[in-house]
Amino acid sequence: MSEMKTYAEIEAKTKRRKSIRTTVTYVLLVIWAFLVLFPFYWMILTSVKSYSAYNSEYIPKLYTLNPTLENYREAFTAVPLGKFFLNTLIFTVITTALMLIVSVFAAYAFARLKFPGKDLIFTMFLALMMIPIELVIITNFVTITDWNMRNSFPGLILPSVASVFFIYLLKENFEQIPEELYLAAKVDGTSDLRYLFKVMIPICRPTIITVMILKVIECWNAYVWPRLITDDQAYYLVSNGIQAIRENGFGRENIPAMMAAVVVISVPLIVLFLIFHNKIMEGVSRGGTKGL
Amino acid sequence: MKIVLDNLTKRFPNRDKKIGGEITAVSHFDLEVPDGKLVGLLGPSGCGKSTALNMICGLEIPTEGKVFFGDDDVTNLPPENRGVGMVFQSYALYPHLTVRENIRFPLENLRGAAKLSKQVMNEKVEEAAKLVQISHLLERRPGEISGGQQQRVAIARALVKLPRVLLLDEPLSNLDARLRLATREEIRRIQTETGITTVFVTHDQEEAMSISDLIVLMKDGVKQQVGKSQEVYEDPANLFVAKFLGTPAINVFKGEVIDGNLWIGEENVLPVPGVKDCKVYAGIRPEGFIPDENGPFSADVIRIEVLGRDTSVVASNPCLDGETVRAIVSSDYNVPAGKSVHFSLKPKCVHLFDQESEERIRYERKDGKKL
Amino acid sequence: MNRSNSKAFLYLLPAFIFLGIFMVYPLFDVMIYSVEEGYNSASQTFRGVGLYNYSYVLRDPYFLQALKNTFILVIITVPVSTLIALLISLGLMSIPKFKDLFQTIFFLPYVTNTLAVGLVFMILFKKTPYSEGFVNLILSFFGGPSIDFIEGPYWAKMTVMCFYTIWIVLPFKILILTSALASVDPMLYKAAKIDGTSDWRIFHKITLPMISPMIFYLIITGFIGAFKAYSDEVAIFGTNLNAAGMNTIVGYVYDMLYGNSGGYPSYAAAAALILFAIVLTITVINLIVSRKNPVTQ
Repeated sequence: MSEMKTYAEIEAKTKRRKSIRTTVTYVLLVIWAFLVLFPFYWMILTSVKSYSAYNSEYIPKLYTLNPTLENYREAFTAVPLGKFFLNTLIFTVITTALMLIVSVFAAYAFARLKFPGKDLIFTMFLALMMIPIELVIITNFVTITDWNMRNSFPGLILPSVASVFFIYLLKENFEQIPEELYLAAKVDGTSDLRYLFKVMIPICRPTIITVMILKVIECWNAYVWPRLITDDQAYYLVSNGIQAIRENGFGRENIPAMMAAVVVISVPLIVLFLIFHNKIMEGVSRGGTKGL
Repeated sequence: MKIVLDNLTKRFPNRDKKIGGEITAVSHFDLEVPDGKLVGLLGPSGCGKSTALNMICGLEIPTEGKVFFGDDDVTNLPPENRGVGMVFQSYALYPHLTVRENIRFPLENLRGAAKLSKQVMNEKVEEAAKLVQISHLLERRPGEISGGQQQRVAIARALVKLPRVLLLDEPLSNLDARLRLATREEIRRIQTETGITTVFVTHDQEEAMSISDLIVLMKDGVKQQVGKSQEVYEDPANLFVAKFLGTPAINVFKGEVIDGNLWIGEENVLPVPGVKDCKVYAGIRPEGFIPDENGPFSADVIRIEVLGRDTSVVASNPCLDGETVRAIVSSDYNVPAGKSVHFSLKPKCVHLFDQESEERIRYERKDGKKL
Repeated sequence: MNRSNSKAFLYLLPAFIFLGIFMVYPLFDVMIYSVEEGYNSASQTFRGVGLYNYSYVLRDPYFLQALKNTFILVIITVPVSTLIALLISLGLMSIPKFKDLFQTIFFLPYVTNTLAVGLVFMILFKKTPYSEGFVNLILSFFGGPSIDFIEGPYWAKMTVMCFYTIWIVLPFKILILTSALASVDPMLYKAAKIDGTSDWRIFHKITLPMISPMIFYLIITGFIGAFKAYSDEVAIFGTNLNAAGMNTIVGYVYDMLYGNSGGYPSYAAAAALILFAIVLTITVINLIVSRKNPVTQ
């Protein structure tokens, strides 16, 4: 102790510094939490304000004393919001299911089966990861148009099925299962397919769930491809629906009704997230860091 | 620098929130570590020895009680102001820095008047490296050297700032058996050379007994016994200490004291004057059996293990509180399996414990010494 | 062996078909498009082959505006969002309570529909004859002038854009950085603490080098992501981004392909390939920089 300080002074100073820092940290975190949550609050608040009340507020109010559900009725009747919803659900479920089947089979082949040129093919596969979707979307647009699949579910779904990244992710995970397990199953006369479904998929469930979560989020928020390929409202997904409502929605600038639609669209994923937040965050983090 | 622990207690909130409440990791722990000595904190995992160490170094603040370094009360002092060096079980070397940079790291923390010039730092680093014999590894990274070498680097890093107290947390547990032997002698040598008061934590009784000036046995956060290795081994305070020290472990029998004699089953095996009649656990060290055709203690031989220097007799006895009896006898002894053999017992290797409290019951030996 | 071969290809077949039709073929096709001059999508004919499409795109003021917007967006949002994410993650790791709660809240934007929440941002920032808008309310509270962020001056629109982009990308970065921070061996911090290392030095000498691979990863993916910005712009300013002067390169590609100004796949292809070249160059530069940096090895 070269400094001429007593132990008591050091103790007090350490304690004081620590508590100041903790307080500052909490304040900053609360500020950011507020910035994150406020838009959600605002959209719910606005969605329960009546049209006339909203438009009479030159200075917007932070609360409302007369909440109404009128806007939700308007949102579902003036535009086919329910239809958009259903479309998105169909699109999400089928795309995710197809993607899983295609990816699991391909990943299994790369991870376990032996065939000539495997390494070369896989390297070419990985190279595909570099290609941005923006580059290939031009031709896909022309292809789907040529196939007369505009404004149809196959047109929406087919180009969204294959994902090199997910195949890569699954393959890495499949490979972590010891080879001995596969050999043991072979000795017992297990078929490749049975091994895949009875051993590999159960063991790799966390990764498969990860991939599923990522794909569901991607599908639910899909905007660009659906916009290119649909101009018939009967095939709009929620994102396109929102954009349509925004541009020529309720006949007039009915912001509370728009917000009601926004709430309806946002709720499913948020509810899903609040229930499974640990799983989802873990999944996204696994998927994210694997890209390294 | 003498270390004194006064009534040290640490309670943690229970990690399992369903159960709630608190867990007492260390309970009313008193200890005095004399200046310049090497003390081994010994106990099974979860006995609170690491928590005790963390309170000495300042990573944990005690719930109750005090820690003194010399006459200074350091109980609530942050670790950096205590002047301690610590070696972690996993070594905690910075993987992105070279060995030299790792050892220099603590020196670079010094500020103000204590700040050192680059040259002095380098001298100190090289001195420390020489002490632990890793001078040739200074430019490597931790990932490029062996476990034993990493261990030495960790010790060098702890020593380079000349700490008042050196703390080692399970320093040998990550090394293989051969290296462990060499490294523990190394630690003893370094400690003797530097004369720094040292506390180290281990669950390996052999390790603790072989290099410590004093060993401290702990169980469930409570200190069981303190003393020199041999003293504690020969004079355990309770059944736990007796069982924990020694390989092969002590043989424990259910017995009874009647009229100043120890009975194991139907056999009157040893006179134990001065002990009231009661049920006891009788602990007999493996080396306490002397083959003797007329001996009072009998057992059925299961097998003989020849170990070269001596022979281990594995046998069974109906009163045994455990699997098998193990007796270490001289190597020329040979008995076929299945046969019943007789032993007489060395009184110094027989310890009695109360069956309820498991505390030691002492009796007078023939020479008048209380055992 | 032979049987296993055919079976392996059977397993791979679906993936090959999908990737072949929707990724490999388009990749070559887009290059062909980009050199076909005067392509007419109705008759599917073209005049000749050359680099005219590229020179057209590079001289198109809309493209140049989109290029400028995208670059500004990238240069502001990537460093700022990474820095904020780092600060928030460090904060999260240091607090004793409510860590899970904060983490969950901070992640919320990741799972929301960009278009939907963008609409809310638009309303918060917008100024109409009937309403000042919430943000202007706050500005005026602090004595600032009222500004139309949605249809007003360029810098105001850019501010909203950057703010919204950062809001959207932060959850992922915070998540990645907190898990990177959590994976640093806590023993290293304890060892440093015993040696009396100052907090700044711990951060600078231990934390930062240990998580720097993740930071580089976030910067690279951040660059790539920001260069492809489009939906967030649509969410705030509507589909007619050229009119708002807020178009991005990707937006330009889509506008050339489809919509009121669409029907020019050759121009779209040229613009997409220019974007690809830019992203590739920046990624390679990033990789070289990170290779040179010894701590990330």
